[in-house]
Amino acid sequence: MIEIRNLTKSFGSNLIWKDVNMHIEDGETLAIIGKSGCGKSVLLKHIVALLQPDEGEVLIDGRNINELNYVELRKIRQRFGVLFQGGALFDSISAFENVAFPLRYFTNLSESDIRAKSMECLAMVNLQNIGNKSTAELSGGMRKRVGLARAIVMQPDYLLYDEPTSGLDPETSDEINDLIINMAKSLDITSVVISHDMHSVLRIADKAAFLDEQKLSWMGTIEELRKSDHKRLQSFVKASEYQLI
Amino acid sequence: MELLRYFGDFTLLLYRAIRSSTEFSTYKGNLVSEFVKTGFDSIPIVILTGIFTGAVLTIQTSYQLVSSLLPASVIGAIVTQSIIIELSVAISSLVLAGRIGARIATELGTMRVSEQIDALETMGFNSVSYLVVPRVLAGILMFPVIYVVCTAAGIGGGIVAGVMNGLPSETFLEGGREYFFARDIIFGLIKAFVFGFVITAVSSYKGYYASGGAEGVGKATTQAAVLSCVYVLLSDFFLAAVLL
Repeated sequence: MIEIRNLTKSFGSNLIWKDVNMHIEDGETLAIIGKSGCGKSVLLKHIVALLQPDEGEVLIDGRNINELNYVELRKIRQRFGVLFQGGALFDSISAFENVAFPLRYFTNLSESDIRAKSMECLAMVNLQNIGNKSTAELSGGMRKRVGLARAIVMQPDYLLYDEPTSGLDPETSDEINDLIINMAKSLDITSVVISHDMHSVLRIADKAAFLDEQKLSWMGTIEELRKSDHKRLQSFVKASEYQLI
Repeated sequence: MELLRYFGDFTLLLYRAIRSSTEFSTYKGNLVSEFVKTGFDSIPIVILTGIFTGAVLTIQTSYQLVSSLLPASVIGAIVTQSIIIELSVAISSLVLAGRIGARIATELGTMRVSEQIDALETMGFNSVSYLVVPRVLAGILMFPVIYVVCTAAGIGGGIVAGVMNGLPSETFLEGGREYFFARDIIFGLIKAFVFGFVITAVSSYKGYYASGGAEGVGKATTQAAVLSCVYVLLSDFFLAAVLL
């Protein structure tokens, strides 16, 4: 379980958000929504301790991630898979090697097992024929799918997605959404999705958290979101050009 | 305040690099390629720099020492000693500060702004061990080799220029041998070791903490090259003051 308690973050004199509290149960998919620049990605980076909070704490299965030493932190991080906005693929190696990369360093698997496991993950994201293509040859959607294959190859307990559908056409966005739903169901992974694409959020998430006015403005299930009379949330959803049913 | 933060971040990065240098399995894959990129790939420009430095120094020394009271072998002594103690290591390091410093800062800076370093960290990697340690190790181990190559090329260039100006190679080498001290070579090797560290550490720092997209990477690259040159000159002065 991921628990965030009284989290406050500023960059210099610029307050990002104050006293954010939320918990994400095992197996749940939480979408964090909000306007651009409201600190969604900043919050995601706090979950894996890439950023340190000014106040508050992030607990992973009851352990405060900011109080761990670096060795313990790295062990906890190995339980996470992160899909970055641009894929964050290593451009010095091929797409296939990107997926195989964590297996080579963190496991004692044989070369044939590494290939089999990497191919299995690439098949899950429908890229089994990617061969040894360089990352420069991949489209935006393919980069995200390779990034997703790399994120799941170590069978993480938690998957964090930073804007998984941004910059993609509607068809590819739907493919990515289907993948996220499949990952959560078939691998029983706890997921946190950063997005401002309400179409995606309503399809993939169990719960949503709305960051607004430098705080966690609203949090609830998707059903509650559909019925919510929270004005700024309604306005945000409508601005996303999605009509609530 | 900014200077303090800079110093603090740089010290912290060095501390992390020293601590994680024991994680050989993390960076061994990158070590050989860094040795090649820093050492082997620099050989052509280093030889070229050495040859022309030695040649120009010989011609200038011959021009300035027009006296029947001085034996011609003095030219060989001056050129050889100058190359061994100072010119070979200083000029090759200044040339490589641009070449190697810019490469390291660009590579790491691009990885930083495209979140590749964050990706490494979230996988559970020690990104400093994986990226910074092999680059700094390659610097401190390959710069002494580069110094030896550049010195040999410089003396070779000096001999060729001397012969072209009527100074026999035997006379040039006789002067070189007469004033040769092994400690000068050790002094040059120490300088190369320090310069290799300064260039790779400063450039790694600038790249590792780059921010602000393509513009930020460009800025980091420029700063890495400029600061590397400045620190090479400063450490050259302090080493001369302490060791000579």
